[in-house]
Amino acid sequence: MASDLLAFARGLSQGAIRIVDLTQTLTQDFPTIQLPPEFGQCAPFRLEEVSRYDERGPAWYWNNISVGEHCGTHFDAPIHWISGKDLPNNAVDTIDPANFIAPASVVDCSKECAADPDFTLTIPFVETWEKQNGGIAAGDWVLLRSDWSKKPYAEYAGLRSDGAHTPGPDAAVVKWLVEERDVHGFGTETIGTDHGQGHHFNPPFPAHFYMHGKGRYGLQCLTNLDLLPPKGAVIVSAPLKIKNGSGSPLRVLALVEASP
Amino acid sequence: MTEPLVRPKRKDPLRKTRQPLYPQLIRSRTAHGLTAAAAQGRFELQTCLECKTIFYPPRDACPKCLSARVPFVPVDNNGTLLAETTIRTSTDPYFRERTPWRTGLTKLDCGPVVLSHIHGDVREGERVRLDLKLDKGGAPVMIALPEKDTPNMADDPHLREMTCDPKFRRVLITDGRTEVGQAMAEAFSKAGATIVFVGIADPWKPFPGQDRLRQIERVEIVPLDVTDTESITEQAEQNGGRIDIIVNTAEHVRGGGIMQRRGLTVAREEMDVRYFGLMRLAQAFGPGLRARGADGVNSSAAFVNLLSVHALMNWPAYGAYSAAEAACQSAAQCLRAELRPGGVKVMNVFFGPLETEWFQTVPPPKVTPAALAKAVVQALQRGLEDVFVGDIAEDIRARLAVNPKALERELTE
Repeated sequence: MASDLLAFARGLSQGAIRIVDLTQTLTQDFPTIQLPPEFGQCAPFRLEEVSRYDERGPAWYWNNISVGEHCGTHFDAPIHWISGKDLPNNAVDTIDPANFIAPASVVDCSKECAADPDFTLTIPFVETWEKQNGGIAAGDWVLLRSDWSKKPYAEYAGLRSDGAHTPGPDAAVVKWLVEERDVHGFGTETIGTDHGQGHHFNPPFPAHFYMHGKGRYGLQCLTNLDLLPPKGAVIVSAPLKIKNGSGSPLRVLALVEASP
Repeated sequence: MTEPLVRPKRKDPLRKTRQPLYPQLIRSRTAHGLTAAAAQGRFELQTCLECKTIFYPPRDACPKCLSARVPFVPVDNNGTLLAETTIRTSTDPYFRERTPWRTGLTKLDCGPVVLSHIHGDVREGERVRLDLKLDKGGAPVMIALPEKDTPNMADDPHLREMTCDPKFRRVLITDGRTEVGQAMAEAFSKAGATIVFVGIADPWKPFPGQDRLRQIERVEIVPLDVTDTESITEQAEQNGGRIDIIVNTAEHVRGGGIMQRRGLTVAREEMDVRYFGLMRLAQAFGPGLRARGADGVNSSAAFVNLLSVHALMNWPAYGAYSAAEAACQSAAQCLRAELRPGGVKVMNVFFGPLETEWFQTVPPPKVTPAALAKAVVQALQRGLEDVFVGDIAEDIRARLAVNPKALERELTE
């Protein structure tokens, strides 16, 4: 085993394994999830300079940052949702770290999403994808590639008077991915794992409800999914170890075998 | 007739910007009765409660009967200009730069004879109105104005030194997402501001009124989020050198008290938008404002704080909100001291519940955003420091002056 691990390290240093950064830069103006204003809100990322080689600290530069757990590219733990609230090891500090590295199936819906911002991922769509790319394996992340991360922020958030218009899964496909495919979790490029209109689905916010209800994870605000193969990428996604945390901004990396 | 102000030419970049100066006038504690009246735009002189004598300048006792019961009360400000003179030289650095400067003696109908500044449209022997103003240094002074308004009278250079008229000035409205921000943009555009910069946070979030806002003449939308230090810094770097009046319209209104709220999430937002927002604006834009207080016709002029009147006395139904507003009121007093050397006024505008969604359950009287905006523009044109808009604000002010403890109890009932 040890030699395999070193071979892996060699592969990384020699370029046989590529690292693709799936993370958006944590910045003040990146859209965050919007709830009706009377609810508590997720704090957007903010940064206050403590010192920058000046009278506040002559030889050093550093910042204080503040950020909600569900801001920027972030991880959702099962405890985030009411359906997962009583599961064991359901918070970011208690999840077995073995879960922070897992392979991914990347379902490319970019063409469909470009044509329809309300694109909804369904079981037949995934079944077709499986016919072309092979079955989704147990323990796979399922990542929905929408190319949404390439959009300007207004379009990215997709906010209209009747709510957000961004792609996502329907309720049946999430339940099916969990129960029939035993997936590791669900990841998207959009602000949340759920469809922009997901609060009108049954149950509301099905990606949250089913994934977290069965102890599965979520990743959102991902980018560069277009640089991943449909199968074969390995995702490294370790959230901050926040005491009883429901999620956390994090750096998400994909390991991809360089094409020969 | 006053020569109408013309839009100032573009500045010669090779010329040094004049540093602000202000008249060196120190007033006694008693004379600050004039400051209080001038700050709110009232004409008040000391009136003896014993013998009814009205007198000026301020004294600790009545010059006629020696009574010490001599409060400042509103009096008739009409009179006749007895004599005038033109000062052509002065040792005072402020006036030295501004001569010739006319002064005159006015005999008020109510008694006193007052030496004051005089407006360009006033001539010896004519009927005048005396007005109490705050000069560039924040000291109370009087100016004799024509009996009736004359064309372009606000453009008189002496008078304009004492006011913060938005005409030909560049204004920054910090938050245009709100109804108040949009009403402000409209009012300042109408008042002749050269540019009305309107800050918009999170431009990816649509908001009601945005199309209308963009159509207002001379409005320029700029990215600005008062909760984001970097955004404010960038805006100050970009436009800070040409902003003369800042109106902080960023608001955060939520009901609820201190104890009944669960947690600090909302309270932090409140403080971040209001108190820290004010501090960020002050740090980023304040030094520029202070440096440009004498920069010609469109010198920097004012920082306007919109404050709930409950900054002055907590309203438990909106208790945490009141507390954040109180923090802003205190910070504004500090900022006032910091900007005074630049001749820049900090104007605090107090109002009761607004006719907006966040005060939906509150019964009238409420202040409409348009009425608030109109009051702000008028107060700047008059050069006030403390402004109370609407019935609730006036009522709180009056009750506060009489018995603060009673008001505290009454607001809980």
